[in-house]
Amino acid sequence: MSPRLPSSKPTVEALLIGFLFLATGLFGVAYGARTWLPPLASRHGAGIDAMLTYLLVTVGVLFLVGHITLGFLIWRAAGQQRVTHRLATRKAEWILSAALGLLVVSIGEAGVLAIGIPVWNEYFGASPPGDAVLIEVTGAQFVWNVRYPGEDGAFGRTAPRLIDDTSNPIGIDRTDPAAADDVTLQNEIAVPVNRPVRLRLRSKDMIHSFFLPHLRVKQDAIPGMTPEIVFVPTREGTFEIACAELCGLGHYRMQGLLHVLSENDFRLWLQQQR
Amino acid sequence: MGDIAVETEFGGRAGAHVEEPAGFVRRYIFSTDHKVIGIQYILTGLFMAVVGSLLAVLIRLQLGWPIHRWPLLGRLLPGGIVDGVITPEFYLALVTMHGTIMVFFFISYVLVSGFGNYLIPLQVGARDMAYPFLNMLSYWVALLSALVMLASFFVTGGAAAAGWTSYPPLSAVSSAVPGSAWGQTFWLLAMALFIASMTMGGLNYVATIFSLRARGMTMMRMPLTVWSYFIAAIMALLAFPPLTAAAVMLLFDRHFGTSFFLPSGMVVAGQLLPHQGGSPLLWQHLFWFLGHPEVYVLILPALGIACDLLPVFTRKPLFGYRIQVYCLMAVGVLGMVVWGHHMFVSGMSPFSGEYFSVATLLITLPMAIFGVNMMASLWGGKLQLSTPMLFTLGVIAFFGTGGFGGLFLGNATADMQLHDTYFVVGHFHFMIGGVTLLGTFAAIYFWFPKMFGRSMSEFLGKVHFWLTFIPFFTVFFMQHFLGLQGMPRRYYAFTTYEFLEQTQGQNVIISVAALILMAGQLVFLANFGWSLVRGRRAETNPWGAATLEWTVGSPPPHGNFGHVLPVVHRWPYEYSLERAAADYTPQTVSPQEAPVTA
Repeated sequence: MSPRLPSSKPTVEALLIGFLFLATGLFGVAYGARTWLPPLASRHGAGIDAMLTYLLVTVGVLFLVGHITLGFLIWRAAGQQRVTHRLATRKAEWILSAALGLLVVSIGEAGVLAIGIPVWNEYFGASPPGDAVLIEVTGAQFVWNVRYPGEDGAFGRTAPRLIDDTSNPIGIDRTDPAAADDVTLQNEIAVPVNRPVRLRLRSKDMIHSFFLPHLRVKQDAIPGMTPEIVFVPTREGTFEIACAELCGLGHYRMQGLLHVLSENDFRLWLQQQR
Repeated sequence: MGDIAVETEFGGRAGAHVEEPAGFVRRYIFSTDHKVIGIQYILTGLFMAVVGSLLAVLIRLQLGWPIHRWPLLGRLLPGGIVDGVITPEFYLALVTMHGTIMVFFFISYVLVSGFGNYLIPLQVGARDMAYPFLNMLSYWVALLSALVMLASFFVTGGAAAAGWTSYPPLSAVSSAVPGSAWGQTFWLLAMALFIASMTMGGLNYVATIFSLRARGMTMMRMPLTVWSYFIAAIMALLAFPPLTAAAVMLLFDRHFGTSFFLPSGMVVAGQLLPHQGGSPLLWQHLFWFLGHPEVYVLILPALGIACDLLPVFTRKPLFGYRIQVYCLMAVGVLGMVVWGHHMFVSGMSPFSGEYFSVATLLITLPMAIFGVNMMASLWGGKLQLSTPMLFTLGVIAFFGTGGFGGLFLGNATADMQLHDTYFVVGHFHFMIGGVTLLGTFAAIYFWFPKMFGRSMSEFLGKVHFWLTFIPFFTVFFMQHFLGLQGMPRRYYAFTTYEFLEQTQGQNVIISVAALILMAGQLVFLANFGWSLVRGRRAETNPWGAATLEWTVGSPPPHGNFGHVLPVVHRWPYEYSLERAAADYTPQTVSPQEAPVTA
């Protein structure tokens, strides 16, 4: 063997390197062990948090065990004077691969099938309940235009040609009787606590993404489409709305506020807006 | 029979090819020699990496210290840094171009095109690629593509600023963002050229591996490096052309009034646009149909190379060679049908979301097996902690860490919170950033003696490893947790949000670590440059490796194998055979001289 190859004696270096890989796992799990998520404020969000917690725990264990094993293997193999285990049998190879591969894939798929899909269905599959508060949010560079349908429960027609950034930002057709009692605002939404909110998302220019970190809500608003989402706020307070899809220079300050109010306060607030 | 016919035909052609072309230009500039082309790709890619890294430095300065002024930088880059403040339009161009350059012009060029070109003919026992002229053309188109991309910094409005994914309408409407004026047009042209070049390269890889293998080099005796290039090239050939089509369509939307990606009723900057009938989602599908397989095109070679280095530095065969090959195939198939996991909250049907979730997590099976087998290869070995081996061990650690992040993002329910946050940024930097970066460095340290006939400094190499591994891990591991806190990506600053106030301190730590990471790369550049000129002369086989490229001189002669092509008798991982002359047995050693174990 070439004399220039590094020695394979159990050196301080080998120990250190083995330890550093092991420490990477220990540090990672210790660092990740605290709660990082913004405090929860919605019903379906509990499901998302359960999903994330499941993953943080199972993947955290895999991550830790993986790094400890890697560190151990390095330390062990670096101390060997000769090859002690040359070629594994085919059978051993298949058994180890199948066992550990299936373990990891079943952790991943079990998460999706047992926790993930039910939550996904709750969020997308449920038809909006009758008492839901209907709100339309139209993203624009760099404003969230908010509209409530008013007493009649119906939004007035809109037409892009009527859009005027200062007087009529979403182009409401004032000749439509349904438009008469529509309430419009910018960057501010109020909703009653514990009642479903049915949010219709539109965009008049770019793709935006309506992101409520505390409520675990995120949905793109895309020109030409009107996706609807339903969520139930469970905590009174004011929560920030952020844009989560790059939409231009002001993307980083396309900020809105969601006020979750008691049923009474919400009714009063809505009257004041008229 | 087939093998002999191929060899005769090729031998006849190669007879002339063994003669080295005379003249500097034909030898080193417009060369059809795969080794020269490989090195051209590697040097071009390293140059682009320097550019891409400098962009990352500016990004981290802005995110770490958002209100600080940098007057000195302002003097260097007056267009993008006004009064010492990085402007939002320049910031978006930085983010876009950093991603584009690193993914397409650094990792693709160095790892896929560079080492692919250099290694495939040498490792399968061929004199050159199947189509040497096409190969040369591929490089020159690639260089043109890189130049067009760099030129976009200097056009009206600056470089593209719609993100490396270039979602329309932002990338389609020229008034949407300054980078969408001319920068985006250059971006699209450069991408179309890039794909044309990759297609020529990919065709060459597949044709060479299919038809120019030396006698005895059966598919199941190929090193995993070659296998990984083979699968990656097939994926690239299938997945890349749709983006060429998409790029042309977007160019038409931008300049000729078509509406592939633009629906009716869009009002931008007070103007009602005349487009109607298109869908922005179409671009996302076309982009990710390329974009996701591209991830595997980049990462598979890094994994293949890691698998080939493990036996060299443990002096024992790889664990589970055949299984690794099947895993690469499985990833090749599954990787083509999971692109929608980038679009869980895009407005795509939630039913598709469920499918893409289940399919994406299926990839965990082959990839977990691949990782486990890499680790199992250490068991019972005689480990030598040389620089290439350190980077290989780093590949395993990063592959695990990044892969585990994938379990979060492939899961549609978890992705609702994590989509487009720094969790994603952290995850893909571990995978297409980290695994590929460490794999690239492992390859450079390992094959540098073969390429240039000189060795790199081991001491500087180890310093470089630790200055890469630790800061890289810090930066991108922490970013996962920024994502859990809800920090969205592509934000110019995080100062306006109350819920992100607590992230400021973390961003400073990340920026400091990123600057250390960048400084660490200077050690590499110094080592690379110094070793090129002053490095110790390398012998034919300095590492005691068993694959074919180590049976020829360093650097290998034109035509690679002299007048007689090698004949292969065994698999590439024949180490520590009991009755062999050395602790490695090259693939060309006959069964009479040493027993064959696979």
